[in-house]
Amino acid sequence: MTPARRRGRLRRIVNGALRRPGPLLVPAGGWLLLFFALPLAIMAAYSVMPRGTYGGVDPGFTLEHYARFFDPLYLSMLQRTTVTALVCTAICLLLGYPVAYAIARAGPRKNLLLLLVVLPFWSSFLVRTFAMIFLLRDSGFINGLLLRLGLIDAPLTLLYTPFAVMVGLVYTFLPFMILPVYASLERLDPSLLEAGAVLGARPAARFRRIVLPLSMPGVVAGCLLVFVPALGSFIPSDLLGGAKHMLIGNLVQNQFTAARNWPFGSAASFVVMLAVLLGVLLYLRQRDRMPGGTV
Amino acid sequence: MAHPLAPAAVEFRGVTKAFNGVPAVDQLSLRIRPGEFFSLLGPSGCGKTTTLRLLAGLEAPDAGEVVIDGRVVNALRPYERRLSMVFQNYALFPHLTVERNVAFGLEERGLSRQAIRPRVEEALGLVRLEPATFARRLPAQLSGGQRQRVALARALVLEPGILLLDEPLGAIDLQLRKAMQLELRALNRRLGITFVYVTHDQEEALTMSDRIAVMDQARVAQVGTPAEVYENPRTAFVARFIGESNLLEGRAERGDTGGWVMRTPEGDGIALPSHDALRAGQPVRLAIRPEWLDLFTPGTVPAGENALPATVCEVIYLGETLHVLAELPSGATIRVALRNEGQLGKPLPWTPGQAVMVGWLPEDCQVLEAP
Amino acid sequence: MSGRLPRWLGVVVAGVYLFLHLPLLVLIAFSFNESRFSAAWTGFTLEWYRRLLEREDILLGLRNSLIVGLTTTALATLGGTLLALALARHRFRGRRVAESLLYVPLVTPEIVVGISLLSLFAAVRISLGLGTIIVAHVAFCLSFVTVVVRARLADMDSALEEAALTLGADELSVFRRVTLPQLAPGIAAGALLAFILSFDDYVITSLVAGSGSSTLPVVVYGMVRRTIEPTVNAISTIVLVVTAVLIYLADRLSRGYAR
Repeated sequence: MTPARRRGRLRRIVNGALRRPGPLLVPAGGWLLLFFALPLAIMAAYSVMPRGTYGGVDPGFTLEHYARFFDPLYLSMLQRTTVTALVCTAICLLLGYPVAYAIARAGPRKNLLLLLVVLPFWSSFLVRTFAMIFLLRDSGFINGLLLRLGLIDAPLTLLYTPFAVMVGLVYTFLPFMILPVYASLERLDPSLLEAGAVLGARPAARFRRIVLPLSMPGVVAGCLLVFVPALGSFIPSDLLGGAKHMLIGNLVQNQFTAARNWPFGSAASFVVMLAVLLGVLLYLRQRDRMPGGTV
Repeated sequence: MAHPLAPAAVEFRGVTKAFNGVPAVDQLSLRIRPGEFFSLLGPSGCGKTTTLRLLAGLEAPDAGEVVIDGRVVNALRPYERRLSMVFQNYALFPHLTVERNVAFGLEERGLSRQAIRPRVEEALGLVRLEPATFARRLPAQLSGGQRQRVALARALVLEPGILLLDEPLGAIDLQLRKAMQLELRALNRRLGITFVYVTHDQEEALTMSDRIAVMDQARVAQVGTPAEVYENPRTAFVARFIGESNLLEGRAERGDTGGWVMRTPEGDGIALPSHDALRAGQPVRLAIRPEWLDLFTPGTVPAGENALPATVCEVIYLGETLHVLAELPSGATIRVALRNEGQLGKPLPWTPGQAVMVGWLPEDCQVLEAP
Repeated sequence: MSGRLPRWLGVVVAGVYLFLHLPLLVLIAFSFNESRFSAAWTGFTLEWYRRLLEREDILLGLRNSLIVGLTTTALATLGGTLLALALARHRFRGRRVAESLLYVPLVTPEIVVGISLLSLFAAVRISLGLGTIIVAHVAFCLSFVTVVVRARLADMDSALEEAALTLGADELSVFRRVTLPQLAPGIAAGALLAFILSFDDYVITSLVAGSGSSTLPVVVYGMVRRTIEPTVNAISTIVLVVTAVLIYLADRLSRGYAR
């Protein structure tokens, strides 16, 4: 009988390493610990230290930076950010659900339709925002078209308005809503609808009573995937809103660059993070509760 | 295979394995002889698959020793043990052709292409797959039965001392399954390798095995040849899991002629087969297989046979047999299996409601171990 | 669940698709427009693309983006694959927690990631440059690759690896001959997506890059803010096309091996 191969020392060590989770976890785990968790911890520390002369930190402990958020100026900013994110989520849901539904029912063209949603999703954020600028600005495409069609006399101010910011946000986050909702709808067992039909429900009722409730996990996932990043976004409001309507994201960026107030910026970051973590917790609890509802 | 194969002996010494605190295998001790076809039989969850995996080295025991050829192999990885395994869903590598699947283990050993080719062909021939037709195919292009044979060839080409099989015939339809059972048996005899076979199908175990270990809830209930396990079940579990059994209970008494008698609560006396370890007054459980029972009209029971009165409940036509369910005075149902002598056009021999006597020879019943 | 859609639904869906793609199509179209200022079409030209080649800052940005992107991809793919293997194939205490924590980098706003890393680098007094960019990119790409590869591993039958073990292959052989070939499409898809994420990133890069190490998105951002001429359209188009090709590849990869 042909004997099995004898294995050398080094090989045995590698085998042993592959058998244990430890060596596999260390590279990525260590990196994330060092360059993700640790920085967050440092930032947390900064957020409770007094501001130093050059915008850095002095030793000490203070809650003044967090207290500043109770200032009406910042409270209104918080409110504005939250409302903006909520409205964006609502619009994305209203527009995105039908698309997800249509794709789920599309049959063989499903993949193509999905790809067409995924493409903008992945293309550069910056480029997409610029595309909006190009369309909306005074010398932009929309104004040019309307002028030449004679529908208006002077260019409409579309850019640098809350409208532009909202359009930009929806444009950015719409695919984040479509994909999870689609995933949820795709899992739907068609025989459930057939059962509904046999039991006498008409299409609208079948949708309301079967499809909608069962797609809830996807809807929740989509809402969280839009709402949470929208809270922290600042590029759309930066490029499309001008300096006029600051959201928290702009505030954070500002504190670390122009205003040079790192502790305050850190505190602001944590306010955003808090919202993010709440959102994630909600999503995870939701997901564990829903039967078969993983997205 | 040209080379004389060296079948291995297997031993489990007090092996225990638990998952999440629940024991899957509890103090298991077994001996498997070289070259024998040994089955691990039991319902799902009894620990038979875990036992096989412990032997393969895919799980490590919490306690006890796994021994192959007298050597304790606890510390040895699967690839260091002299065995091969056929998995339940075949586990063929989807990205490799049949030929490369079978050659996998040989390539691992560093054999050259020229050396591998003939051995792969030999192995495929052994499982009756024509190399010319099948060698280049991918697993996805094969039927269930063909995949199973490839899995077998892949395992056998390595000339292992032990072949482990984990319910390999589960996904195959009945006719093919019966044919494959006989083929596996023939392979075992021809190659002389030790086969350790896991199944929940008792008929399969009876068909193929030299000996069977019946397992229940992480323990071995009984080990024996098919005949031993079928005709002399030691516990109620074995009696019921293998074939069908009727169970009766009562107390032991000395009989008139010196033998033992079981007295039922209803007062009937049942002569027991000769047995050493009984004491008077001891609770006794009896197992009788349906095919050893016979039905008589009252008053026609032959002398020397045990008999109980009963009322027929139902007669079931099963083709080969007729099963008659009858109710005993105790309220329990007894099942009698009668040979079908041809029913077409004839009235049933027994009718529901009829009063009958159920009779059997004393040596045809089995005293079970106290639970 | 197929059947005909109500008319109004079809209109809404078509509208949304138009909304998603029209701006980009307009952008691309006008990168070939002769006129410098107006949004009216005056003629076809490749002038703006030619001008891109003359711009030092763009070429430098491209070079930096490629260096960062390829390095990030290599590191993130390696680390992420190993992590996914650990999570999928081993049971260990705290695995559930680790799996949940894995999602945190995916949802953390980029600004927070960037800011926190900036704080780290400042605290340890590391000077900013390509190195810090790579560190940051790997940090946010790791979770991504891990999730993608993990999903692929979950679909894989672990019996294959066990079968290989019983056939005489040791752990390294099993990995090389069974796991990796099966996993390859997933790893490739993860790598492609990591590259795209890195290549396209603006927010984090802008915070942790030093003055001399701008990547392409940073340069483009500057152009978007300042320039009006269609060179911006041209560079945007190039970025779009590159991304689209990579996405298409990733999609084919994950679909080509679908069961």
